Parts: sequence; C-alpha cells; structure tokens
Amino acid sequence: MTVASEHQLERFMNRIDSGEKIEANDWMPDDYREALIRLISMHGISEIMGALPEKEWVPKAPTLHRKLAIMAKVQDEMGHGQLLLRVAEDLMEPLGKNRDDIMQDLFSGKLKFHNVFHMEAPTWGDAGIIAWLVDGAAIISQTMMLGTSYGPYGRALKRICAEEVFHAQHGESIIMALAEGTKEQRELLQDSINRWWPSLLMFFGPKSKAETGHTNQDKNMRYKLRTKTNEQLRQEFLTKYVPRIWALGLTIPDESLRFDEADGEWKYAQPDWNEFKRIVTGHGPKSQERLSLRVRSYEMNNWVREALGKSALASEVGSYE
Amino acid sequence: MDSGEYRNCLIELLYQLADDDFILAYRGSEWIGLAPHIEEDVAFSSISQDLMGHATLYYSLLEELGEGQADSLTHNRPPEKFHNAIILELPNGTGTYLENPDYDWGFTVVRNYFYTLAKKIRLDSIKTESYEPLQQIAKKISVEMSYHLMHWETWFNQLMNSTPEARSRMEKAIKLVLENFDGIFSYGELGDQIVKLSLIESEATLKQRWITELQKKEQIDLSMTMNKGNGRNGIHTKHLTTSLATLSEVYQSIPAAEW
Repeated sequence: MTVASEHQLERFMNRIDSGEKIEANDWMPDDYREALIRLISMHGISEIMGALPEKEWVPKAPTLHRKLAIMAKVQDEMGHGQLLLRVAEDLMEPLGKNRDDIMQDLFSGKLKFHNVFHMEAPTWGDAGIIAWLVDGAAIISQTMMLGTSYGPYGRALKRICAEEVFHAQHGESIIMALAEGTKEQRELLQDSINRWWPSLLMFFGPKSKAETGHTNQDKNMRYKLRTKTNEQLRQEFLTKYVPRIWALGLTIPDESLRFDEADGEWKYAQPDWNEFKRIVTGHGPKSQERLSLRVRSYEMNNWVREALGKSALASEVGSYE
Repeated sequence: MDSGEYRNCLIELLYQLADDDFILAYRGSEWIGLAPHIEEDVAFSSISQDLMGHATLYYSLLEELGEGQADSLTHNRPPEKFHNAIILELPNGTGTYLENPDYDWGFTVVRNYFYTLAKKIRLDSIKTESYEPLQQIAKKISVEMSYHLMHWETWFNQLMNSTPEARSRMEKAIKLVLENFDGIFSYGELGDQIVKLSLIESEATLKQRWITELQKKEQIDLSMTMNKGNGRNGIHTKHLTTSLATLSEVYQSIPAAEW
C-alpha cells in the first residue's frame, strides 16, 4: 500500500469511527465497496425473489380486501428491490458493471438470495406467516442496519422499514383471522408455523464461523455496515415473537425452546446449518423453480428490452407508482 | 319509468363494469415478477391494484343494491353469471403464472392500452349522466385513468416505433385483440334499455369516440369483431372457468370461514 493510500484509509476509518456517513462518490477502500455490493445486491435481489413465493397467493387471496393488501405488499417488495439495486448499481459503476451483471450473477448462482425465499409456501397460512414472521424478522435486521455507515443504503432502508411495518400488520391480520377461525383454519396455521420455524431461525444467519465455516459479519461490523451480531438479532426476534405465537394458542416445533433467566437469553435447538448452506447455494426445495421463472421472464422479454434500447431501459416507461 | 326495469339495467351495467376490471386485474397480477424490467413490475402491479380497487367499488354498490356480499359475488359466482368482455379473460400467453409462463408483452400492452382508452371513454360518459352513486364512483376512478392511459400509451408508442421485430409482434397483437374487442363496447341483451334509461351513451357513440381517438395516434385498421361470443350475455371461454377457480381456491376451501 502506498503512503498516499494509507493516509486515505486512515482518514476513511476516522470518518467511520466518528459516525460520519460515506456517500457514493467518496473515496472508499476496495473491500468496503465489495462488502457493500455483496450485501446490497443480495438484499435487493432477495426482495425481488421474495415476490415469487407470495405471487402464488396474490390471485388466491380469499377476499377482495386481502387481494388488495397482498398486491400492495408484493408491489412494495418489488419497489424495495428496485431501490436497493439502484444503490448497488451506483457502487458498481466504477467497476464497469450494471444491473445486467447482477441478473447474470443471479442466474449463474454467484449471487445468492435469502434462505426463506427458497422454501415452499403451499397454503394461505404460509402467506400469513411470510408477511408476519419473515417480514417481522426482516424489520429486526433492517432496523439494525439503519445506522449503517453507507448513507445511500441507510436512506433506502428508512423507507423500506416504514413499509415493512405495514406488511407485518397485514400478516398479523391474516394470522389473527386464521387463529380465531375454524378448526381447519387453525390447523392450517399450525402447519405453516411448523414448516417455517427452522427457516426463521436460519434467517439471521449462523452464530459464528463454527456453524458454516464462513461469515462476513466481523468485517461488516468493523466497517459499521451493521451494529449487531446474527445471534443478537435472532434473540430479539425470539423475544418479540415467541410469546405472541404462544399467546395465540399455537405451538413451536422445538421442545427445548425456553427463555433462560440466568443467562438472559433464549435456548433453542440449532437448525441444521448444513441444510442452510445447501439451501442458499441453490439446493432448496424451490430454488431452481423460482430461478427458472426469473430466467424465463428475462428470456421471453428479450425482444422488449431490445426494442427499448439499452439506454432507454427503465427510464422512459415505468415511472408511475 | 318502471323502477324494476331501471334497477335491472343498472345492475347489469354494474356487473359489466365490475367484472371487466376484476378479470383484467387478475390477468395483470399474473405478470408479477415476470414483467420486462423491475420498474415495470412495480408500475404494472400498481395499475392492477387500482383495477382491483375499482372493481371493489362497483361490487360494493352491487352489495348495496341487494345483490349479495361483494366477496361472495367475486368468489362464489359461477362463470356464466360473469359479464366481462371475453377479450379480458383470454390468457397472457401459454403456461400458467407459476409454471412455464410464456407471456406475450405485446398482447398485454395492446389489450391494456385499448381497454384503458375504452374505459376512460365509458367513465366520461357515465360522469355526465347515469345513476348518481355510479357517477360519483366514475369521478373518483377517472383521476387514476390518465396515469394508466399515459403508461400504456407510452409502451404502445415505443414498441410500435422501434425494431422491426417489435413492430411485427405489435401488429400481430393488435389483430389478436381486435378479434374480440367488440365485446368491450357491447352492453349485452339489455343494451337498448340501458341506453334508453340514460345510464350511459350508446355503444356506437362510444366506439366511434374510441376509434377517432386512436386514429389520431396511429393510422391502423381498427375493424373489430367478437369471434368468441359476447361475454355480456354470460358466454365465456374455458379460460374464465380456470381463472375463477384460482381466484376462489382459498375462499371455497373452507366453506363459511371468515378470512
């Protein structure tokens, strides 16, 4: 490293340590930029892939009111994806890359998306659980990221978090209707919780390297991209939601689950972290089906993108929200 | 005026307006995650939501008129009781929205553009005469119509004036849409009474307005038919049956449940 760049790095770290926000055109070390691109493009693409399990339930939602609410939710998720990909695109620009590279990385399996969106959502109960608990988990991890050192990401998250709160309320409302409904509806709901529990624990990622042999959390904390560990977030989730689930008279498929007063933390059975690795590397029950849906949409619309011309893409049409 | 006749005609017109928006909102929602780019996914999804919202307004009015609960009208009515135009129930392409979709963006742009323009003309006519509560709804909906129209018009113009492939796909799509587009302007069996009672202007008047408006933008042959029959009279394709089965799958899975 040259003296000049050492000096730049020192100044950069001083800015981070004093809580200053880094902006898109500021100098930043390569590994900071890389960490951001990885984090934000994964977040963005997860929002977009997340629309697919819910898409299934958009037409099937059981009342006009539920249809409208789930349409609005899925649209928001897509909007979040768009917002985040724009932040990622700005970071990628100096590297000569753009959104097309993000899509190609998704198709090739290089860019991963969140474990929960590789899973099946076979009933309306799952639509409720996704909105209530997956979005609830997302709110916890995204709220933590609001203080991120990268300004544009923090600002995008602010808007995202505000909307996620509505989604969680929409989910809670679906859950309440099922919980207070007929015997079949309660069974439907219990099945969904049983099915989603391991994925919800996995959502926050492994506690440490020991579980999966790899984690980015240390570097991300040094750069103040995040302020809490995976385990701290998981504990917050358990504190917030376990009592609520129990209060509805539902069970959680983990007999060892309990709050340990002495340690001040939840004890729970570890999910299968090898399974987690398999899922996020594209071997989950719905990974290939959902990826192929995206690939197909990309291919069937090739002629449209060509017609718009690369420069016109996304700028002239599609601004109505 | 015979109040029973007025009521029947009003209800008939409301079903047509409601079912048109409901079914096209469904076809639009099938595109989620599959649109040409993410920006369009967001915009199209917003438009489909608006259509579903418009349908809900009409169904609520039908509910007030004693036709039954709006949710039951949408999730528990047999296909032959639906009075949407057939062009709106035709699929977006081959495959389903979950498996192997091969959707035609050209067809979607043309269908939505043509329909949105017809809908605007229809609402403008309702705004100036008709049943007072329906006029109020028409005024409310009209606010969003200019955005929808601008959206589809932009797509239409861009795809009509770009690559030769796009042009030829669009011309094919226009032909396909027009084959059944006449159904949009029909008021069905009660048409004469509906017009006589001043619920809306005549089919011919609205159609002529639509043709004049489109001809201003593009010199294309707009002769139209309704090859597959008149949906206003309850005649439909198998595609409506499968669509309604999807739309009501959860609702009908546990009878008498609250959702």
